[in-house]
This record gives sequence, C-alpha cells and structure tokens, in this order.
Amino acid sequence: MADASASGPATATAGKSFWFSGKGAVAGIPYLWLFVFFLVPFAIVFRISLSEPMIAQPPYSPLFGADGSYQGSFFNYQLLFEEALFRSAYLNSLWVAGVSTLVTLLIGYPMAYIIARARPMVRNLLLMAVMLPFWSSFLLRVYALKTIMADTGLANGLLLHLGLIDAPIRMLQTDFALYVGISYTYLPFMILPLYATLERLDWSLVEAAEDLGCRPWKGFLLITLPLSVPGMIAGAMLVFIPATGEFVIPNMLGASDTLMVGRMLWDTFFSERDWTLASSLAVVLLLLLVLPIMLFQIVQARREQRA
Amino acid sequence: MSRRGGKMALLGLVVAGFAFLYLPLVVLVLFSFNASKLVSVWGGWSTKWYVELFSNEQILNAAWLSLKIAMINATGATLLGTMAGLVLARFGRFGGRTLFTGLIAAPLVMPDVIIGISLLLTFVSMEQLVGWPHGRGLDTILIAHITFSTAYVAVVVQSRASGLDRSIEEAALDLGARPMTAFLLVTLPMLAPALASGWLLAFTLSLDDLVIASFVSGPGSSTLPMVIFSKVRLGVTPEINALATLLIGAVALAAGAATWIQIRRSNRA
Repeated sequence: MADASASGPATATAGKSFWFSGKGAVAGIPYLWLFVFFLVPFAIVFRISLSEPMIAQPPYSPLFGADGSYQGSFFNYQLLFEEALFRSAYLNSLWVAGVSTLVTLLIGYPMAYIIARARPMVRNLLLMAVMLPFWSSFLLRVYALKTIMADTGLANGLLLHLGLIDAPIRMLQTDFALYVGISYTYLPFMILPLYATLERLDWSLVEAAEDLGCRPWKGFLLITLPLSVPGMIAGAMLVFIPATGEFVIPNMLGASDTLMVGRMLWDTFFSERDWTLASSLAVVLLLLLVLPIMLFQIVQARREQRA
Repeated sequence: MSRRGGKMALLGLVVAGFAFLYLPLVVLVLFSFNASKLVSVWGGWSTKWYVELFSNEQILNAAWLSLKIAMINATGATLLGTMAGLVLARFGRFGGRTLFTGLIAAPLVMPDVIIGISLLLTFVSMEQLVGWPHGRGLDTILIAHITFSTAYVAVVVQSRASGLDRSIEEAALDLGARPMTAFLLVTLPMLAPALASGWLLAFTLSLDDLVIASFVSGPGSSTLPMVIFSKVRLGVTPEINALATLLIGAVALAAGAATWIQIRRSNRA
C-alpha cells in the first residue's frame, strides 16, 4: 500500500504496468463495476432514444433492420425541440432548481458559519442535528411537508388562529411548495460542504484584519466570503443538479400541471409507456447538466488535492 | 449594526433554520398518536395506528424486502467503495484516473430519474443479449443500489484515508510486515470508523430510494418506499405516520448511541 513515489512523476510513466499489478486489481474491480453499470447505461439510453416506440417486448423499434440497415432517427429529439411543452419543462426545471439553490444557500450559510465557529463539543452536536433529518426517510419528510402545507394543514391553521389571514392560502400545488420542499430536503447537502470549507478557513486572517481596524462585516465580505467560494460551489451543485431532475417533490407538492422534467420523464415512461421519448428526455437533461457536473467534479478534485 | 446585534440576528437565523429542519419530523410523530384520521383535527391520544401498521401485511412485507436489500447493498457498496476510496487516496496518478474520479463524483449528483431509466434499459438490453438478468426484482434493485452507494462510501473512505498517519503503516513495513499484513493489521483498523459510517450511509440511501427502485424492480418486488408512495398518493394514511415515528425513533437512538461513544472516547483520551 505504502508507495513513496505515489504522486511522483515516475508512476505516470509506468501507466501500463499499473493495471497488471496488485494495485491494478484493487482499482479494477470498482472501476469495472462503475463502467458497466454507470457509464455504459448512458450509451444504451442514447441508443434507445434513437428508436421509435413500437408495440413489442421491449416496446421500441430495433436500431438495425433485418437486412442490417440502420433505422435509427432523431425523431424524438425533433419532438422535444418542436413542442413548446418540453422546452418550458426544461426551462422551468432549471428555474425552480436555481431559486431553490439560492434559498438553500441563504439559509445554509449562516448555519454552517455558526457551526464552524462553535466550540468542538457544540460543533459535533450541531453537525449531528443537521444530519439527523437526513437519516430519516426523505419520502416521509416530503409527506410531512404536504400535510403541513395543505389547505386545512398546520400552517394555514396557525395563520388563521393568529388572525394573520382570513381564509386559507393555497400553498400546496404552487411553485412556493416546490421551493420549500427542495430547500428543506437538500439543506444538509448545502450545509456540510460549506461547513467543511469554513472549518478549514484560516481565521487569523479575519482577526488580523479586525485588529487593523476592519469592521466585522467588511472582514466577512472581503475575507471569509471569498475564501468560502469552493464550499458554496460544491454545496450549490449538490443541490442544483439533482433538484433539476427531481421527481418526488414536484409529484407530491406541485400542481398536476407543474412542468418539471423529472416528472415528465416519469409520466412518459410509466403512464404513456413511451420508452424512446423518455430516453431522449433523459439524454437532453444529462446534456444540460454536463457543465454543472464538470464544475462539481473540478471542485471535488481540488478539495481532494488539498487534503 | 452593533457586534452583539449582528450575533443575535445570526443566532436567530440559525434557530429558525433548525426549526425548519425539525418541524416536519415533530408533526409526523405527533400525528401518529392522533386518534382522528384527519390531520387538521386533534382527536385525543391513541396508539391505534401502530396496531394497524403491524397488521398491514403489505407494508410489513415491503419493509422486510427493503431491509434485506439495504443490508446486502450496504455490505457490497462498502467493499467496492473502500477499494475505490483507497485508490483515490493512495494510488497517486495512473492511466484512467480522471475517468475514475468522474465515475465516483457523478453518481453523487446525478438525478435519480436518469440513473433509473438508464439502468433499466441496460438490464433489458443485457437480457436480450446474454439472457441475464432474467426479469427484474431483488437482484436488479441490488445492482442499482450498489452502483450509486459505492460512490458515497468511496468519498467517506477517501477523506478518512487521506487524513491517516502514514508513519505507523511505514513502521510496520520497515519492521518486515508484508504489505497485505500491514494493510489488514494497521490500515484497516484505522479506517474502521469510515467503513462503519460508509456502511450506514449506504444502508440509509438504499432504504430511502423510491425513484431508481421503481424503474428497476419487477412485479412482486415492491420496496417500502414504493408502497409508501402509492399509499400517500391515495390520501391521508396515519399508519404511515406511525411507521415514520418508529423510523425516527430508531435513527435518534442510533445517533444518541454514537454521540455517547464519541464523548466517552474523547473523555478517555
């Protein structure tokens, strides 16, 4: 295991022999698994998105005819670009995910900040408190939000009781419910990377600035905030990317005509049984998310280098 | 704003943030003891939903299936994820490393619907090509869960492994231990906390997954989230509140035990 030249230039030249050593075997097993069950599936989805739906088992046309001729087409993609419905579903998904990410950042930053600056004992307790809801079922927590935000639910009951409103406000089945649902369920994913960055921050820089007469808020804006950008990016990507393709939250909290890609893909697949159109929806969603995913990976790799 | 005023405002925000995180859990627990079926009406204390939960065979069967899947998944993902985490933390550069880091990072953020549909189509194509997997059920759900859980375990193990003191391992090697012996007797015990939290993380992720399991499961293999989803879709179901309360209780107990062990250890040190 211990290899003094692990990160030296020598190993880079010995690229071939790596895969034929014991190390190669250790790396090869998880590599092969992820290659077969994570990477290859994208190629298969793309291949099926080129077919047309057909009443058969499985329900799509073969890519090559009996005579071996190529029969694939971009038929499904044409549909995606021509129908305004699909275009607005993608745009709306990006919008909803973006707003929710911003809300999550605004709630999560002060929490991560306080946790990072707390005494070690308090810090561990607060971190545990952030993680605890995550360990209990995601689906059940969204269901709890649904009962709270219902027309006759707890939130409306409380507001009516306090005399702040005269009639129940419609919260469920609005975009508001989506923002609440996504910010709520993804909050720990924002707090943890932010905390990790803030915890490692060199606070003596802030102290030095304050000793030299810098006001606390200015010290925060000029030093703490810029230094916590990597944590903000990692947290934002951990929220934004999965939220764009979210299915459960729009399904349980959104309106029946809420346009979110995740939900549309699900309905196309399970209700309309059009596997080929659902595949093309997945491919376009993946293409939209390639840039944010690459950004996430760069931030992760940087953090790994520092560690 | 004065310094104290700023601190108070910050503290207020944090309290509000935690209230936001915990209110839904409190509501679930409270209404599991509500005699009334309606969420808006408090009908007095009752434990009848717990009785109903334990006589609902559909939920019990699904819970058993989900527990089985979660345990096998956690074990498999811990094995693969530990290897992957060690590769990332210890193996330095090698041909294909960039792709490998991508294969570990991407599952952490990939939307469930994309993983679900792509794996289902892969299973269908494999069955056409090589006759395996035959239909879909427990084994296809397991493969899907191990695939995304491995990435999470790898990240946990990697961060622990790169923070480890290498000198103890090197001392063992200098004293003549074989690399494998040094790994088993020195490195692995030091990695144990990461393996435990990785296992628990994989267990939870599997138990929590609705979307991917819905794509890759077959008839007769409905997991607990799939049953819960179909039930809450139909309307208010207080026995689901009872189930949630049991789950929250178990998680709180485990967290309490972990904290207690941690405190005792730090007191001894």
